[in-house]
Amino acid sequence: MASVALTNLDPASRAAARGWSDLTIRNLFIIPTLVFLIVFNIFPLIYSLGYSFTNFAANRAEPWQFVGLQNYRELLSDDHIWSNFVITAKYVIVSVAGQMIVGFGLALLLNRSFPMKGLITTLLLLPMMMSAAVVGLFWQLLYSPSWGPINYVLGLGDFAWLSNPDSALYAVAITDIWMWSPFVMLLSLAGLSAVPQHLYEAAAIDRAGWWYTFTRITLPLVSPILLIALIFRTMEAFKTFDIAYTMTTQPTAELIAIRLYKQAFQQWDTGKSCALAYIVLIMVLAITNLYVKYLNKVKER
Amino acid sequence: MTQIELRGIEKFFGAVQVIHNLNLAIADNEFIVLLGQSGCGKTTTLRAIAGLETIDKGDVLIDGKAVQHLKAADRDIAMVFQSFSLYPHMTVFENVAFPLRATRMSSGEVDKSVREVARVLRITDLLDKRPSALSGGDMQRVAIGRALVRRPKAMLMDEPIGALDAKLREEMRAEIKRLHVKQGSTTIYVTHDQIEAMSLADRIVIMHEGFIQQVGTPDEVYSHPANLFVAQFVGSPVMNIAEASVADQAGAASVRVGDAPAGFEFPGQLLPKLNGHSNGGLTLGIRPEGVLVRHDAAPGYIPVEANIIEPLGSFDIVDLKVGSTMLRARTKAGYVSGPGEKVHVRIDPEQAHFFDTASGKSLGVRL
Repeated sequence: MASVALTNLDPASRAAARGWSDLTIRNLFIIPTLVFLIVFNIFPLIYSLGYSFTNFAANRAEPWQFVGLQNYRELLSDDHIWSNFVITAKYVIVSVAGQMIVGFGLALLLNRSFPMKGLITTLLLLPMMMSAAVVGLFWQLLYSPSWGPINYVLGLGDFAWLSNPDSALYAVAITDIWMWSPFVMLLSLAGLSAVPQHLYEAAAIDRAGWWYTFTRITLPLVSPILLIALIFRTMEAFKTFDIAYTMTTQPTAELIAIRLYKQAFQQWDTGKSCALAYIVLIMVLAITNLYVKYLNKVKER
Repeated sequence: MTQIELRGIEKFFGAVQVIHNLNLAIADNEFIVLLGQSGCGKTTTLRAIAGLETIDKGDVLIDGKAVQHLKAADRDIAMVFQSFSLYPHMTVFENVAFPLRATRMSSGEVDKSVREVARVLRITDLLDKRPSALSGGDMQRVAIGRALVRRPKAMLMDEPIGALDAKLREEMRAEIKRLHVKQGSTTIYVTHDQIEAMSLADRIVIMHEGFIQQVGTPDEVYSHPANLFVAQFVGSPVMNIAEASVADQAGAASVRVGDAPAGFEFPGQLLPKLNGHSNGGLTLGIRPEGVLVRHDAAPGYIPVEANIIEPLGSFDIVDLKVGSTMLRARTKAGYVSGPGEKVHVRIDPEQAHFFDTASGKSLGVRL
């Protein structure tokens, strides 16, 4: 920011009368934010990194010991944890893919003018404005085997979506798709409306059919913003907790975030939980890094 | 081999009628220029032919077949847009190849056709670049290449060089002409620049407020404008237009411009031709090169005073005050030395045009 010249303070201003300089004023704005970030974000981050090398337990007064990499070693060789990761991966793939398809599909439908477009768009956006825990509770009711409207409409009898070990994870993913497709839709809509109309006209003149235009013009031009949606949704899906936790207790739907919660606040294994949190963090970073690299490549074109 | 015919085209945008009963037949290989100010309906007409705009009434016929209900893709017509409309995420090669690939042409043939067009347009060096790395002129070459590559039935061009700077415009104008001569496809070209129209067209179609004003060769519209609009729109510097009255003066005709003290001498055969306009309602049009200026007095010349002089290099435009009317004359560079100089002026009867003031229509007087 060195190139940004600070404007000079008006000598007649009250600030100048108090003997303040523009630097003083700049610091007045920046320092509270910095302090807040350090106290509530950076400090706990580093502190938990320290905990992850100990056998500290937050609910016990006993002195803790430094155990080195033991927590990491135990976690990475724990089959239970790996199965949590596999479940999470399945969930991320199903739920993000579903959101991308439904969200982008809705955006394609909305990317034209029709009566009450604004109202319909707003209504479609509502799910993502709700609290995830509330969404979870409501969908639990919707999925209810004996009197839930979903089984009634689909004629599935008393199929137990959430207590069936095979379907529980996908039932949660469907709820997540319902809740977060609007987010993808919103970003896609912005991307689609940024594609200049005259390119579509040129393609029509060039005798390109609908599918050819879609794959050669629309998709490549919208892909940077689709990738951004993909990054956001992957990160969020990876750490999904609230919806899944409120909806089901099936071990086949135990996402890594739920495992982490149980370890930290039910088993009070604080040191190990910190280690697990760091493993998750590194994984999310690695995945998003891949996306960002690809995004930059797409943007270069 | 493509003829295009427009029959009774009408087009409304909401309640506004932008094209009124437009009829036009375009012959095979003809270079037609639609000329007019912005908002005159010329681009809408072009887009209607292309299939990017629907029409409310009338027929668009390509080779005798009505196509107004066909989509743009099914009309086999290429178009060059003013905004170039290159696909920004593709290389030049991919841009030019797009219309071929869109119809599933084999890649060997695509490669051959693209390279051939690139050679003709001299863009072979650019094939691997992206449009964002190109200059305006090169972008337009690529856009033209994309239109030419599939040998369309007809080429439509919507102000293709309007976005370029003056020098480049002249270059591209010559290039478009060269290409048309070489490739010879039916071309419809839209522009508001009458110089472009004059230099490119086989026939010019002048439009104003949704009506065709005149259709003719560049020479016809220049030498015999059908009405006041065409007279003033075509030609640079602009034609002089002035209220005039005609009187019989000992067998010869005397044409007075506005409230000028003396009239210009015209041959007597003008009189019967302007019979209906002896009581006014007559407008004289004369291009600056038809206003003849000399230093010394001569029969038929009226003494006037020079007002403003615009030196334009190869010639000057001199404003002459005739009564309260200004006549602009074209003279040799430096012929009139400065404002205030007294000169003598005459109007060349052969270059004079007479119009009915009320309707604006040419009276078709030839001398």
